[in-house]
Amino acid sequence: MRRPRLLYVPFWATYVFLYAPIAVLVVMSFNSGDSPYSFEGLSLKWYGELAGNAEIGKGLVNTLVVAAGSTVLSTVLGTLLAVGMARHSRSKVLDAIGVLPAVLPDLVLAIGLLVFYASIRMTLGLHSVLLAHTVFGMAFVAAVVRTRLAHADTSLEEASRDLGAGPVTTFFRITLPQLAPGIAAGALLAFTLSVDEFVIAFFTAAPTEPTLPIVIYSMVRFGVTPEINALATLLLAVSFTVVIVAQRMTRLTESLS
Amino acid sequence: MTRSTVSGATAAPRSRRSRAPGRTAAGRSAVGRLVFLGPGLAYLIVLLLVPLALVLSYTIFRRGRFGGVVYEATGENFTRLLDPLYLDVIVGSLKLASIATVIALLVGYPTAYLIAQLPRKWKTIALVAIVLPFWTNFLVRIYAWIVLLSGPGLVNSTLGDLGLGPFEFLYNQGTIVTGLVYSYLPLMVLPLYAAIEKLDPQLREASANLGARPARTFVSVTLPLTLPGVVTGCLFVFVPSFGNFIIPELLGGGRSIMVGNLIRDQFLKARDWPFGSTLALALLAVLVVLLLLQAWSARRA
Amino acid sequence: MSRSRYARRLPAAALAAGLALAVSACGGEAADPATSADPAAPAAGATSAQLDPNADLSKQSLAISVWEGYTPKELPQQVKEKLKTELKVTLHANNEEIMAKLTSGTDTGLDVAFVSGQYAQALNEAGLLEPIHPELVPNLANLFPEAKELSYDKGNVFSVPYTWGTTGICYRTDLLKTPPTSWNDLLSPPAEAKKKVTMMITERWLALPAIKALGYSVNTRSDEEIAKVKEKLLAAKPNLLAYDDTTFRDRLKKGEAVMVEAWDGWCPAGEKNIDFVIPKEGSDLWVDTMVVLKSSKNKEAAHAFINYILDPKVHGWAAENILYGVPNKAAMDLVDPELKASMPSLQMTPSQLLQGESIIDLGEDSVKFTRLATEVAAQQ
Repeated sequence: MRRPRLLYVPFWATYVFLYAPIAVLVVMSFNSGDSPYSFEGLSLKWYGELAGNAEIGKGLVNTLVVAAGSTVLSTVLGTLLAVGMARHSRSKVLDAIGVLPAVLPDLVLAIGLLVFYASIRMTLGLHSVLLAHTVFGMAFVAAVVRTRLAHADTSLEEASRDLGAGPVTTFFRITLPQLAPGIAAGALLAFTLSVDEFVIAFFTAAPTEPTLPIVIYSMVRFGVTPEINALATLLLAVSFTVVIVAQRMTRLTESLS
Repeated sequence: MTRSTVSGATAAPRSRRSRAPGRTAAGRSAVGRLVFLGPGLAYLIVLLLVPLALVLSYTIFRRGRFGGVVYEATGENFTRLLDPLYLDVIVGSLKLASIATVIALLVGYPTAYLIAQLPRKWKTIALVAIVLPFWTNFLVRIYAWIVLLSGPGLVNSTLGDLGLGPFEFLYNQGTIVTGLVYSYLPLMVLPLYAAIEKLDPQLREASANLGARPARTFVSVTLPLTLPGVVTGCLFVFVPSFGNFIIPELLGGGRSIMVGNLIRDQFLKARDWPFGSTLALALLAVLVVLLLLQAWSARRA
Repeated sequence: MSRSRYARRLPAAALAAGLALAVSACGGEAADPATSADPAAPAAGATSAQLDPNADLSKQSLAISVWEGYTPKELPQQVKEKLKTELKVTLHANNEEIMAKLTSGTDTGLDVAFVSGQYAQALNEAGLLEPIHPELVPNLANLFPEAKELSYDKGNVFSVPYTWGTTGICYRTDLLKTPPTSWNDLLSPPAEAKKKVTMMITERWLALPAIKALGYSVNTRSDEEIAKVKEKLLAAKPNLLAYDDTTFRDRLKKGEAVMVEAWDGWCPAGEKNIDFVIPKEGSDLWVDTMVVLKSSKNKEAAHAFINYILDPKVHGWAAENILYGVPNKAAMDLVDPELKASMPSLQMTPSQLLQGESIIDLGEDSVKFTRLATEVAAQQ
């Protein structure tokens, strides 16, 4: 097939544009000097500083707690919702409610939850972020599982029912095993989105329990420090590994396109 | 597995769908509905619909002196929306988000087009490479631009070696647009890729065989057929750009604000929840109009 | 078919609507701080709890929120040792951030917060503060007499001052041809400083240079004056590098900025080529305070904590490390004289500080400054 040569310019420009800033961060994280701008020599000193930073450590633990909790909740609720929407309802309104958290701007969801928490005088903490993250996590899990459901073979469920099994038994024996890859992909998505989420956490976290993105935000606002480079590099490494593993596992691109 | 086999595989169960058990009265039993829909729906009602209803209801109330709300009906929040001060910020955000969207489209389309034509193995790698940065922390990616562009940053020191500059790159609207394009470009490329991938190459060949030049083939065949992808991609970039407050703050140096900053500030600085809610409603209204446009274009296509 | 589907959907919709109403109604009754505190009766904060001077502090734990770097890193261990109380320190970037959390109506779980004087005043008027029980804070005696008569809170009724100072221009002596002397030098900088100036973004300090250059009061409520201030700030905007109240120090050190609006202690005047000046038109007197929240369940420990901070050695840490003056006579006497000589902020006497105009909360009129800040930020 003919590929117009001219198109290669924006093509490569895209990749340079996407990766140049990231590459700079990674290189600078190994800088031995104090300046975040000029490279003076190789060193792991900023990783050492990072390891000793209690704020970041606490933020990381909080983030993992929130992400793990909301992933479990999102996966259970989202899977049930997906099956319910696909098999037990034809309501368009329900479908709309189900995707709403995924399309709603995060800022709007964030202020909504802040207003809600305030009106019931809730004590903020990790649980308030966890509950908030589940709102969109559930929607994403439901969306991924529904795609899987649409591709699932329904004849087995049919047979199960014909043999007298109720909807719950059928779900556990037949539907769930078929959906497992979709559920795993959805859970992974919910986890990743929660780990990265800033806006909603910013509005709903207790000042005493910041998540990692909140810690990063205040670090960035207080100026450029090479410690962030080291943190960024570690985060990149983890994200890259997770995405590549997920890619291998679920053929992510296919489901995305 | 390629896309054609995926759709081929799904075609079979779909044809059986008409009499699928899930659609029978027994399948939609009350127990099933309660067990499957109940928990998720209850959750979404309490933590999504009720909060949104609260925000909506706040738009007609007055602000409390120290934050919170005084339950006293007023239309002043909506009249304030028409105040040139806020209207200008909203229009300015529309402008910045639109510029970012157009740039992302101009860069993203050729990229998606080329990816769609790569050999299969490279296609996957190219796509993953587009998505990867998107899965890394958003704030970290914005921070990378500060390091790159700030006064003593890398770009300036490189230019300095060439005897140019130093330039002040950071803290203007151009940097905000750069940050927006950078953050959301992957969301443009993916739907475009999906749309272009689906194109039947024979259509283009037919057009070429009939004597059409590539440019003409693109304008009259490729572009119209990929329009839904274009619209979706534009929406994916525009929506998060329009409501953004972090990029203007971190890359704009506090010198420009967008509607997202305005909303954030109503809640976190001015403590004017009713007006903040009204601004959020305005933001939603713009997005709903865009979504309707998209639905309309998808139906036409 | 369609009828039955509607019939099925109706209860759900009704439930959702009912819930929404119920919740908003609850919100109304439970009353946000705003609705419960009648603005006409600022005495709302005056109801004070019964505190037990002999409470077992080891049974209480404290959560405080403070600016980054504003208390020693070892503070939790020191407090644990001295008071037997667990201390959890959380950080806020600025007054606005902590105010947003404290006034949101949610329970933040905080016992003590560090906020600037005018914000403490606003919190008190909103009924969110526990009055200070002086009998539990004997170290209040260490304060300068002037620190007990600050205009936002005369007599330290609801707040205890932690640091105080003024705002001025911090600049590079090597990169500017002539040292600045007036706020106008910051607002319309010389050619070598164009695009290398930062001003603060927090409302009242954003307005300060223009207000003082025009000879107005920092607590002005006049629309006319604020309009003039706005004009002046907008005219200054094209010459600015950025609005910044967190990183101006670094920018000045790197030379990215050559002249910045700065709080005195945050200007690294001890370093080579950097100096600080209070412009001739005068400036403000700001005070950062400690307040005890009404929602605190550990009020005895909170008071013991404040008392501990007022210990000359502990309070002296703030002067030596944040480099702001502290309103504690005994603590200032302990500060290393050599350090004192290098930092203008540590040389200021209380009477010199009181020449600055004290910033107070403007009540309803504070929205004028909010609007001013938005107008300045929105202008391209």
